[in-house]
Amino acid sequence: METAYVRRELIAPLPPPLAVSGMLGFLRQRLFGSVLNACLTLIGLLLLIVLVPPSVRFLIVDAVWSGTSRTDCLVETLGRPVGACWPFIAAKFRQFMYGFYPESEQWRVNLTYALGVVLLVPLLIPRLPYKAANALAFFGVFPVVAFFLLVGNVLGLPHVETRLWGGMLVTLVISFTGIVGSLPLGILLALGRSSRLPVVRMLSVIFIEFWRGVPLITVLFFATYMLPLFLPASWRIDPLARVLVGVVLFAGAYMAEVVRGGLQAVPRGQYEGAIALGLGYWRMMGFVVMPQALKYVIPGIVNSFIALFKDTTLVLIVSIFDLLGQLRAAFADPNWATPVTLFTGFAFGGIVYFLISFAMSRYALYTERRLDTGARR
Amino acid sequence: MVDNQQPAVDLAVRAGAPAMRTTVNEVAVEITGLNKWFGAFHVLRDVSFKVMRGERIVICGPSGSGKSTLLRCINRIEDWQQGRVIVDGVELTEDLKAIDEVRREVGMVFQQFNLFPHLTVLQNCTLAPIRVRHLPRRQAEELARHYLARVRIPEQADKYPMQLSGGQQQRVAIARALCMQPKIMLFDEPTSALDPEMVKEVLDTMVGLAMDGMTMLVVSHEMGFARQVASRMVLMDAGQIVEVNEPKAFFEHPQHERTKLFLSQILH
Repeated sequence: METAYVRRELIAPLPPPLAVSGMLGFLRQRLFGSVLNACLTLIGLLLLIVLVPPSVRFLIVDAVWSGTSRTDCLVETLGRPVGACWPFIAAKFRQFMYGFYPESEQWRVNLTYALGVVLLVPLLIPRLPYKAANALAFFGVFPVVAFFLLVGNVLGLPHVETRLWGGMLVTLVISFTGIVGSLPLGILLALGRSSRLPVVRMLSVIFIEFWRGVPLITVLFFATYMLPLFLPASWRIDPLARVLVGVVLFAGAYMAEVVRGGLQAVPRGQYEGAIALGLGYWRMMGFVVMPQALKYVIPGIVNSFIALFKDTTLVLIVSIFDLLGQLRAAFADPNWATPVTLFTGFAFGGIVYFLISFAMSRYALYTERRLDTGARR
Repeated sequence: MVDNQQPAVDLAVRAGAPAMRTTVNEVAVEITGLNKWFGAFHVLRDVSFKVMRGERIVICGPSGSGKSTLLRCINRIEDWQQGRVIVDGVELTEDLKAIDEVRREVGMVFQQFNLFPHLTVLQNCTLAPIRVRHLPRRQAEELARHYLARVRIPEQADKYPMQLSGGQQQRVAIARALCMQPKIMLFDEPTSALDPEMVKEVLDTMVGLAMDGMTMLVVSHEMGFARQVASRMVLMDAGQIVEVNEPKAFFEHPQHERTKLFLSQILH
């Protein structure tokens, strides 16, 4: 019996056999690998067949693309099945975008959007330089400029009351304020809750649990109708501003718990490594712990952002008309009352909300991949 | 290992040199009557110990004997209930300024490296010099490249820690600590988490550091390394210092029964 063995030549690496790679391998393994797998594949196909063609028919094939009033979207007039009534959206588009913001002043809204885009896009592209200045401009300067631009009353710009604001403008203002305000607030609260100082910790816990414990609708209601009763009559705070503060505090509490989850995922050794180098608390948190913690919870943060973005629709309850609110208001217009108006409106709203949410989600995924330096194996 | 014997002889001479140059603080670390409890567990029991400048102390002992805890008291990653710790003439108290001052002067290398995974090797090395020492970035990078070259991985500067092998990561950790130009270096089981093939490259780096006269406190069970560079050996057991001696005497004529038992168990 031979017991010793010495390899004389090394085996060069070969490509995998076709049955496990390539298209055929993919089909066999991933789609029809087992009975359950095959069933799921078939169910998926079935769902596509049931859902996609009717949607395409409603939104595109049978849709009405031009017209001036409800009669253009009626089966009686057209003599064929009617899908989405897009002229309705076109006719109401200004309202959906600006609410009752005076038409002559709408350029201010557009300018604000343009400014936002010009500052945001380079911020989102990692390769471009001057990130710090860019971030400062977007998060620090832009909100102030936007505020004066939209509200007016300075530099000869006429004042536009916030009760005239509506539609996409309100949706974006609330979302932007909520997102930009809730993240720093959440970070501070998460740090507070993980603090060694008992008073700081307790205050953070109380704050977080309070805001998480009440529904957003209650917060909005309270801010709009109850708060003025408690405050002196001379303290008239703008209704939209009250809502904004409520949303930021509410979202901040949720964000705090997301961030705290990230803090707990950072190993103790990272803190010790930073401490041993002489970094103090804020530098340790700012340069070592927080970047890692936030990276771990990007999915959770984006989750909160998207939830917040869609929760803005709740402001309808306090008579602030965001995009969805304007849609619903438009349904009441007898000039556009058709059987498909409601579906068209909601389809439009759904598409807009989906596009923005999906964009956030995709960008977050991209960021996640970009920041993955292999910390976790 | 054989070719390392020669420098080891030379070492005694070289190590003496920096100690003679300094006139301010001959004593690098002075620990007096240190007591520490983890809850009800008495982890350090009346530890008193003095380390002179340029000395290389290797601390060994069974796990749970308090050796890592003792090391971690020196830069106050751990606090204690009784006793005094004076590092480079600064007493560690609740005073945050004193603590920061000591931490700037004391470098530490951990068993698990504790590199920052979101920063490149170079950024790991420049973070503290820039943020704590307020060096200009260019100067900090120069310093970092110098020390990375010294631990013999200058070409890895722009990689992320997780792209490196364990031994390379630990050498980055050493370079990172050196970038703060510490007067004292603490090593907490620096080779325990490494694959056997990578232990030597890290130990070689540490030998080089010892030969340059760095004051070092090393918790390690690498007895070959200890024999080669230690000026004194410390054996700890049950939170106490059991025996302190020069390596030759420590290994060849251990005095305490516990030392004999310990050595017989690790030097099979």
